[in-house]
Amino acid sequence: MIWNETKECMSRDEMTALQSARLVKTVDYVYHNVEFYRKKMQKLGLLPGDIKGIEDIEKLPFTTKDDLRDNYPFGLFAAPESQIVRIHASSGTTGKATVVGYTRRDLDIWAECVARCLTMAGVTKDDIIQVGYGYGLFTGGLGAHGGAEKIGAMVVPMSTGNSKKLITMMVDFGVTAIACTPSYLLHISELLEQADMIKDLRLRTAICGAEPWTDKMRSEIENRLHISAHDIYGLSEVMGPGVACDCAAHNGLHVCEDHFYPEVLDTATLKPVKPGATGELVFTTITKEGLPLIRYRTKDLTSINYDKCECGRTSARISKFKGRVDDMLIIRGVNVFPSQVEAALVDIKEVTPHYMMIVDRVNNLDTLEIQVEIDERYFPDEIKGLEALTNKIAHTVNQAIGLNAKIRIVEPQTLTRSEGKAVHVIDKRKLY
Amino acid sequence: MNAKQLSVFIENRQGRLGEVLDVLKKNDINIISLSLADTTEYGLLRLIVSDPVKGREALSQDGFSTMLTDVLVIKIEHKAGSLRGLLKILGEKQINIEYMYGLSIDGERAYVVLKPSDLRAAGDILETAGVKTVSAEEIAKLN
Repeated sequence: MIWNETKECMSRDEMTALQSARLVKTVDYVYHNVEFYRKKMQKLGLLPGDIKGIEDIEKLPFTTKDDLRDNYPFGLFAAPESQIVRIHASSGTTGKATVVGYTRRDLDIWAECVARCLTMAGVTKDDIIQVGYGYGLFTGGLGAHGGAEKIGAMVVPMSTGNSKKLITMMVDFGVTAIACTPSYLLHISELLEQADMIKDLRLRTAICGAEPWTDKMRSEIENRLHISAHDIYGLSEVMGPGVACDCAAHNGLHVCEDHFYPEVLDTATLKPVKPGATGELVFTTITKEGLPLIRYRTKDLTSINYDKCECGRTSARISKFKGRVDDMLIIRGVNVFPSQVEAALVDIKEVTPHYMMIVDRVNNLDTLEIQVEIDERYFPDEIKGLEALTNKIAHTVNQAIGLNAKIRIVEPQTLTRSEGKAVHVIDKRKLY
Repeated sequence: MNAKQLSVFIENRQGRLGEVLDVLKKNDINIISLSLADTTEYGLLRLIVSDPVKGREALSQDGFSTMLTDVLVIKIEHKAGSLRGLLKILGEKQINIEYMYGLSIDGERAYVVLKPSDLRAAGDILETAGVKTVSAEEIAKLN
């Protein structure tokens, strides 16, 4: 099944023509509505008229997450605030959140893209789908929800945090599809096995995203639950989940490229790499009104393939992700930058600047341990003092990154000091 | 009269306690008494030693987190009920015991190390009650 055959199966020439027309329009729109882009283009001596088609995209400046932070909260919005109907936010590299805004039309297009992705996973209006992503500032819950409603499926907005209720409803309602993070689904499958409820399931497909996962994890999910599992990709800056998804062929993720123009660039030269070669994924939104972004650097490493897929779609496909350009971690679906943890720890006088984040996966759930060294001057000589200090650090870190971390106080000088770039993360999960 | 207790933070790692003891031995510091409070991840080793200041310097140099804490060392009769009597005196004055451990037994006398919630008040109360606190010099001579 294909949700929008016109758009998903158009010839490459037609797609390029459509993208060109939309890019020209977008550049004109941001030039006249976003001071940040107008200044950037003026600095490069660029006028909107210089961009005549998609082949001119390389002339345009990049946008980074830091640009969003520097223009916090609404500085990059192109539509007037009165036309923004929804805000979402994700973590920034330090302190301030990355805020994104949507017009009503943006939300419609978002739902359209998610509908395409769900259809790739085999979801139809006859399905009952549980959305197990968090609802709220995070784009996952409401994003998947909008697409599922657009298809006309019966949507169960579970959100996160109550696994027992989720599996009970999964069986009682005869749920046939689920959208959640892959690690959470593995956790759910364990609970179902323990309760001997696998046999009672009507589940047949899963749409998993918000964190990188491997083919091995996919087969494990598929084998344990007897379903097919699909990888959905997105990022709030560009839109949210639904930017790309893999079809039944599982040979790359189809990008909704009539809305998001993908480039894969060499990380050193920032010039396009050949199809199939690895580089940084960069998106230009070519239909967005609220927060259009020009050449947004995702920092995700992937490769791109323009060949027609066996499913019939002609849209470009990006490979499963091969890593990150920066040090961002995705823990339980939450984006975490070590710099956020560092900024939080600096505010606690008892803690030295030395810390180590240890990320692992235990029983399919991500764990984060933060090891800290304590300034000797503030060392409590009682266990209760150490426990109070541990709780204080845990609370401060939680406020900063939105995740519970286990805090472990270690002896002085035990955390590695390095001459150059300090290593602050040990990720024991094998995600790429 | 206060005594100095040397506390050392140690992670629960094999051989770590031994390393503390090595440093003390190398510096000719004698342990008069010790107590170890432990959790699943770390422990606090509390020591009464012959020279706590020197001991602290040596351990700090070897990368241990150390603290010197004022505690009371008290001499009581070595017989049933005497500790109970002591705690009763403090309890009546709302002084809590954060932790305590035995130091040594010297014939008819026993010595205990006390960390009360209010060190100065506890010292005064005990003095008024005629309970002996022991000086650092005296402690160094024990054993």
